[in-house]
Amino acid sequence: MNLSRDVALIGAGMTRFHNKIHADKTSREIFLEATLEAINSVDKNFEFKDIEALFLGTFSGDSFENQAHMAALMADWLGINPKPAIRIEDACASSGVAISMGAMAIASGLYDIVMVGGVEKMTSLDTNKVTDTLAMAADNLFEVSAGFTFPGLYASIATAHFAKHGSRWDQLAAVSIKNHYNGSLNPKAHFQTSVLDVAKKMGESRGLTFKDEMEFLRSPLNPVVAYPLRLFDCCPISDGAAVVILAEAKKAKRFTDTPIFLKGLGQASDTMCLSNREDLTSLKGTKIAAQQAYKMAGVKPKDIDLAVVHDCFTIAEILATEDLGFFPKGEGGVAAEEGRTAINGDKPVNPDGGLKAKGHPVGATGAAMAYEMFKQLRGEAGKHQIADAEIGLSHNVGASGATVTVQIYGK
Amino acid sequence: MSVPRYWREEKYRYRLIGSRCSKCGEIFFPRRLVCSKCRSRQLRDYKLSEKGRIVSWTIIRNPPKEYEKYAPYAVGLIELDDGLKIISQLVDLEPEEIKTGMRVEATFRKIREEGSSGIIEYGYKFRPVIE
Ligand SMILES: [Zn+2]
Repeated sequence: MNLSRDVALIGAGMTRFHNKIHADKTSREIFLEATLEAINSVDKNFEFKDIEALFLGTFSGDSFENQAHMAALMADWLGINPKPAIRIEDACASSGVAISMGAMAIASGLYDIVMVGGVEKMTSLDTNKVTDTLAMAADNLFEVSAGFTFPGLYASIATAHFAKHGSRWDQLAAVSIKNHYNGSLNPKAHFQTSVLDVAKKMGESRGLTFKDEMEFLRSPLNPVVAYPLRLFDCCPISDGAAVVILAEAKKAKRFTDTPIFLKGLGQASDTMCLSNREDLTSLKGTKIAAQQAYKMAGVKPKDIDLAVVHDCFTIAEILATEDLGFFPKGEGGVAAEEGRTAINGDKPVNPDGGLKAKGHPVGATGAAMAYEMFKQLRGEAGKHQIADAEIGLSHNVGASGATVTVQIYGK
Repeated sequence: MSVPRYWREEKYRYRLIGSRCSKCGEIFFPRRLVCSKCRSRQLRDYKLSEKGRIVSWTIIRNPPKEYEKYAPYAVGLIELDDGLKIISQLVDLEPEEIKTGMRVEATFRKIREEGSSGIIEYGYKFRPVIE
């Protein structure tokens, strides 16, 4: 499979992901903020009127804000009427899928330039209602009715991985420590504090001292959410938006001398219910989507200089690094513990802090991954830049793996 | 879930009934209308085995709203003796006792009450097998 016309990224923007700073805004203001940054990031000659269509990934404005029909609303708000606007909902993979849809629309010849973005304003509901809304992305009849939650589903993936491959909670903690550290280098991240600094701060106010991160993470200050997952194994609830501008490769030259090319893409579906999967310790959708993307891009896992993967829970990053072929099955946890996925490791994963520290405004996550690819491959990622990054991979998962999309980018 | 919808599901939830494909023999739970292995539409009701073993589990401490009064509670994935996996709450055991590989059996229990005017839902949960 190949795209019949090549597709490039010419601009990208995102808001900081956060649970408080967007409190007085709705999705429209948040999305506009990301859009303006994306437009300003285009090196030359770009104007609003160049956008021929908008592909918007968003999960549940319907429930979070009582607002459906979001794509048309954003087109109106951006002033790009009568250009077509399409909403894509695939749970947490909504805007990852939107990027593929935008790329396909360009490859088909229908459009030369499209805007793809994602937005979610989650914090207008209290945590319980957010949990209930997120649970809508699981099988309502057979998972949610058994009392399962998202942390619960990933927790049972973790206990299965522990039992089958001998991985341990310490390895999950290593992922959390790494991603929080990376978040401290990223001004767009929700959490910009290392676990060690959190431990110091929380300890001070309670008259406690911790000898290291692990002692803190094992303490009651890091409560168990769903065994073996503790609070620091879960991504936060955040508001935010991200936007990228895609252009047909030849047209892209009009706007920038350094476009980033979408080299490969893949997507797969899997059963909604975890109970219908042969193996709980792997996301089959990740393997299949990755195979497609590697083949289209003509690269192998060893060629990937950096990856942003869907770590909604720490165990998910371990699964991803195995299923994407970076490490053999069962060795993802060891690799994290050995620092191989750190920003200076041999296979940097989530240098932006991942969902864990950067935050996870559900529908915005896939577009934020594309934003990170754009910045990294142009050498504009600032303090969390991976030196000489040439080829990057992004991996966006819907719920517990019923939708998976993988994209590979290069210079 | 609406009341009519719940009644329609009752048989499957009360008696652990899934589907078996008459063409290729594949079994499914929840029941299906098309075989996802051979695409045949000849599916018949199939009574699942009521015993199995835990393949993964967790304890839910931050439950969905309707389950708040039951928390914390254990949930798990159980591989039944006929090879099918099913997702369920685990009851009649302490969290410390739960282990992957543990033998469990289906039991009929209250699942949740849907508010003051709602119906009370019943269905299966799994408990340890005493041998
Ligand atoms: Zn069949």
